[in-house]
Amino acid sequence: MALSGLQIFKLLAKTNCKECGFPTCMAFAMQLAAGKAELDQCPYVSDEAKAALGEASAPPVRKVTVGTGDMAVTVGEETVLYRHEKRFEHLPGLGVLITDEMDEAQAASLLTQLKQTEFNYVGQNLRPRVAAVKSDDPGKLAKLAAMAVEIACAAVVIMSDDAAALKAAAEPIKDNKPLLYAANESNFDAVAAVAKELDVPFAIKADTLDKLAELGQKALDGDFKEVVLDPSSSSLGDVLMNQTLIRRAAIRKTFRALGFPTIGFPCLMTGDKMLEAVYASVFIAKYTGFVILSDLDPARVMPLLYLSQNIYTDPQRPMQMDQGVYPINDPGPDSPILVTTNFSLTYFTVSSEVEASKVPAWLCIMDVEGQSVLTAWAAGKFVADAIAPFLKKSGIEEKAPHRKVVIPGYVAQISGELDEELGEGWEVQVGVREAADIPKFLRQWSAN
Amino acid sequence: MSFEPPIETCKGTIREVTIGSDTKVGGETTFPFHLWEGEMPNAPMVAMEVYDEPQEWPEAVQKVYADVMSDPVAWARKCQDEFKADAICLQLRSIDPNGSDASPESAAETVRKVNEAIDIPLIVYGTGTPDKDADVLKKVAEVMADANIPLGPVDDANHRLIGAAAMGYKKPVVGFTSMDVNLAKQLNVLLTQLGVPEDKIIIDPTTGALGYGLEYCYSIMERDRLAALVQNDGKMQMPILNNLAPETWKAKESRVSEEEEPTYGNVETRGILWEAITATTLLLAGTDILVMRHPKAVELVRAAIDGLQAQSKEKVAS
Repeated sequence: MALSGLQIFKLLAKTNCKECGFPTCMAFAMQLAAGKAELDQCPYVSDEAKAALGEASAPPVRKVTVGTGDMAVTVGEETVLYRHEKRFEHLPGLGVLITDEMDEAQAASLLTQLKQTEFNYVGQNLRPRVAAVKSDDPGKLAKLAAMAVEIACAAVVIMSDDAAALKAAAEPIKDNKPLLYAANESNFDAVAAVAKELDVPFAIKADTLDKLAELGQKALDGDFKEVVLDPSSSSLGDVLMNQTLIRRAAIRKTFRALGFPTIGFPCLMTGDKMLEAVYASVFIAKYTGFVILSDLDPARVMPLLYLSQNIYTDPQRPMQMDQGVYPINDPGPDSPILVTTNFSLTYFTVSSEVEASKVPAWLCIMDVEGQSVLTAWAAGKFVADAIAPFLKKSGIEEKAPHRKVVIPGYVAQISGELDEELGEGWEVQVGVREAADIPKFLRQWSAN
Repeated sequence: MSFEPPIETCKGTIREVTIGSDTKVGGETTFPFHLWEGEMPNAPMVAMEVYDEPQEWPEAVQKVYADVMSDPVAWARKCQDEFKADAICLQLRSIDPNGSDASPESAAETVRKVNEAIDIPLIVYGTGTPDKDADVLKKVAEVMADANIPLGPVDDANHRLIGAAAMGYKKPVVGFTSMDVNLAKQLNVLLTQLGVPEDKIIIDPTTGALGYGLEYCYSIMERDRLAALVQNDGKMQMPILNNLAPETWKAKESRVSEEEEPTYGNVETRGILWEAITATTLLLAGTDILVMRHPKAVELVRAAIDGLQAQSKEKVAS
């Protein structure tokens, strides 16, 4: 049963010592109630409070971190089933399966690719971070695990049923926090013991949710916090069903035995590379924490990274473009100057129409806190006395000395005022209202 | 501790809408593909696009349709016979007032010829220019008096004109609103107040491509379905259509060559997956009709639809 922030506060020391990392006990209590902090962060918590709060205060989906530094993947801490309710917290870690069927050079080249693959999308760097290494030969397993850290600094998933092999591979890289994969019904105690000894997370795997929950309960009884679930879904329908039921049990029922992030292997479900990417999209949309692919072909990794970003974007904070002048189709001094707002959808729509027109143009994107043209105009942010200084400071004058600026058709009413604000030498032109009409507008536009 | 699967059953049901002679869409009693706790009597269908004038597209799709670009009848047959489309969505680009500005009569004649050439259902889409679309779709309704062809997009500016024609000739309509649950509901209310039967309405919520607003569309559709199924809101219990192909193939990532962007990988694979992954994500959000373009993307999405229906339901049966 979840407690309110106030109920939790009453059970704390109320000394505001700040050692938990929060400014006051009240702030800490609020974070506990929201499932965003753990009781362990308070060094002075009483046994009585622990008993009352322990269960109630942990996040419904536990946080798990695999890897370190830039390549670390943190998943879990999720609190909703639908992204519009709040937001999804942590993007899934995408990665690649590396097995002993590859020779060492192949494995090394894949790991180099893992290290180098990176896409920039709306000012964010998106990249795969996970190397899942697999071999039945303990020596080869350890070798692959070591290479994954050495070459890619990857977040490593070590795959074997043999606890001793897991230990041998994980021990040399334990500071890199690899994920041991996986404990099942028959080897649970041995794998859990390795995880405890090395202080690394481990995965549990079973072919029904019932059995998975039993293993989850054993992990809870052993006081393990960093656990990852694999419900071993064998069809796409089972992926949807298992992922949905696990998340629902965790969020709606606070069912702790399944209150952990999950791992999925689309690479093991089909040999068809295109279909594998489609399968992976279902894992990503449906709550999976780690998604493992068979290779890193950029044409397939890129759309999946974009999808993770889309699904995990905070719906209450629209994605924003950085303010600035964006050249499209290689513009020159006589190319048109278009100005609009930095709402990502506005930018996407306008820039893709400009690109499609094949007409070179300067697109000036103004920071209005991510609002669309009409919203920003209504809020007094996309108005003449704000746009004029933005344009003058943007450096567009040097790039396109004609200084004829096209504003969106929806704010035609500000053209006179903007003309005045900009002053001599500038000219304001009213553009089209709908992005779809941009190509025609641009083709007819001329600097003279 | 034993695990009890948290099953959720819904009060509401999505209405079944019939298109063509006897093809049904909608009818879900549960969230998309939640077959362990409800029913989805009609799996989502793929309607393949046909245009009534030649298009300039990325090479990956241009080459597939190069032989039929100037013949919508042959194009529709190709989609039906070769690519096994479930339906055809005829996108009437020729009527665009900023383009060829073709007459309602000529557009209706194309609709008649295409419909005659195929056995699968036909959906007719204008360009989203309210006045011209109304003129054309009214004419289409009249000329195609006996065919059960959904007409769209219908928006708040032209719903009276198209709605009246649709009622007169018993056509389904596809109501288009711009990514907003309340606006979608309001348009459904307007259409039903006008007299359009509730089982003749399909929702087009606006579709954003992967990387270009897909997440907005995804959440709007999830909220549409929550309203319809959980809150049992009768004005939201309509099947959903996503006109996704024009969006995904417009995306830069579907078009830019590997020579221009060496880190992006093969442009054909990328373009196909941009469409297939957008479509698959929409399947999970509640789509009933996907308007698609590339035959390989269609094949992948079919595999996803089949795959999503394969569930070990016995494992959670209580």
